[in-house]
Amino acid sequence: MSTTPRTSELSEAEQSTVGLGAPPVLANTSETVLSGRALVKTFGKVVGLDGVDVDLFPGEILSVIGDNGAGKSTLIKALTGALIPDAGQVYLDGKEVHFRTPQDARGAGIETVYQTLAVAPALDISANMFLGRERRRSGPLGSVLRMLDKKGMKEDAGKSMANLGIATVQNMGQAVETLSGGQRQAVAVARAATFATKFVVLDEPTAALGVKETGQVLNLIQQIKARGLPVILISHNMPNVFEVSDRIHIARLGGCAGVITPKSHTPTEAVAIMTGATTLQKG
Amino acid sequence: MVLIVSIIAFTILNPRFIQPATIGIILQQVAVIAALAIGQTLVILTAGIDLSVGAIAILSSLLMANFAVKNGMPGILALVLGILAGVLAGAINGTLVTRLKLPPFIVTLGTFSIFTAIALLYSGGQEVGRRQMPAILNWAGTRIQLGPFRITTGVIIVAILAIVMAFILSQSSWGRHVYAVGNDAEAARLVGIRVDRVLFSVYTVAGLIYGITAWVQIGRAGTASANAIVDANLDSITAVVIGGTSLFGGRGAIIGTILGALIVGVFRTGLSLAGVDDQWRVFAIGVLVIVAVSIDQWIRKVKA
Repeated sequence: MSTTPRTSELSEAEQSTVGLGAPPVLANTSETVLSGRALVKTFGKVVGLDGVDVDLFPGEILSVIGDNGAGKSTLIKALTGALIPDAGQVYLDGKEVHFRTPQDARGAGIETVYQTLAVAPALDISANMFLGRERRRSGPLGSVLRMLDKKGMKEDAGKSMANLGIATVQNMGQAVETLSGGQRQAVAVARAATFATKFVVLDEPTAALGVKETGQVLNLIQQIKARGLPVILISHNMPNVFEVSDRIHIARLGGCAGVITPKSHTPTEAVAIMTGATTLQKG
Repeated sequence: MVLIVSIIAFTILNPRFIQPATIGIILQQVAVIAALAIGQTLVILTAGIDLSVGAIAILSSLLMANFAVKNGMPGILALVLGILAGVLAGAINGTLVTRLKLPPFIVTLGTFSIFTAIALLYSGGQEVGRRQMPAILNWAGTRIQLGPFRITTGVIIVAILAIVMAFILSQSSWGRHVYAVGNDAEAARLVGIRVDRVLFSVYTVAGLIYGITAWVQIGRAGTASANAIVDANLDSITAVVIGGTSLFGGRGAIIGTILGALIVGVFRTGLSLAGVDDQWRVFAIGVLVIVAVSIDQWIRKVKA
């Protein structure tokens, strides 16, 4: 932090060189779970995305970091249907897709955990897990009376939580508002992990949490990976990012300042690239 | 709890209170407000409020009565059209809330005046009496003997309405979505619930309930009048609030509302049997609202 304010003044002059630091090799989209190619999104005169490429490989945790306004959220929204890009392509499993709404992306197997968590506090855990995709009972009780399969949903909610190693919450009939921040986060993450078939997006999952709860959420992210689901993690928190990521996509000024790994660079270098103090060498 | 305590208290004050005849009368008195309060509960669960309850019920009742008497329609057709008018009125509320994105308070404050005015303009301010109306419109006032209790078919209609709505709210995904929208509309949207659709359906279903209530009201009063149920708005909200449903949305249940309506009914009748002046009864209901809600909040705080 101490060196950044001084160097960031320089970075304004260096903008053009930074812009050239695009990711070195573009992967073949048939090998990736998700790829974005030359994505552009403008808001009036403001350029949100300036021809960004991004790749997500099977079974990896990809972090997206960047300063405020660097285009992290815009990038994620353009990939998950919350925003429609002005130009560029999105490929899911090698096939080009055009998501118009978040529901489209969800239908394709992409689950997003929003920063605001999107839970209904007065409803219980099981109701929240299945919110918007409730299951009905089998037989005439379900088809005629449209009764919910509350018991089945409760059991499955419990299984999902247990599979992810969330042991602190036992009673699926507990209202979400009685849970701690970390436990609520766990419910939202478990919901995403249960219904995602392609990958999970986590938007700043640890921003509001204490140290211990942050550790639990990071553990959850590893669990999702262990089940073979790739994860896109958006975060400000460098130690967290370096702890769990396989690769780190650095967003900067609507573009991509480079893709690094926790092995190739240090957190300090990542911050320097993020703020434009250093540019990433090609190759 | 409050209900049981007040029943015991009033029985001590006047032993006649516990007699089946009194209970039957309370049920008949409470039916109309309870029915309106069921619709009001739906709206309040979505963090809204409906100030046009009474206006819709009056509009519905005047339309069904006048369709039959002035326009000479068959009773059953007049009844169905009258109820449909309630549905339409509710749908108008729902459209204004979801399309114009106006707060429900403003929308229903406006439609309260509009629906009342339409009802008065159409009916010319005239009552339609029992004798003029076809039998089916009076049917809800039919007395039936249920064991020692003498109630009306209207009470049964309202009881069925309550059971059906309670079932739908607790057992269907639509019910869950109603709670979720009232809890946190943005969260509901993010998990893929079509918030506007849920809101629109809630106001429309509420309109349907008010339309059915109009039928019960004609049976109860024996007339269709613009002056009937003038206190319906506040009475229905009182029942919902005493019943423990949160005005902030997302918490509450039909059973609470029914108990709330019963508590108000028990208080009214109980105080009157105890020989308390009319104005003091109104006073007592006011105290009851404040006390009931404070106790409810206190219990919630202790539990949490």
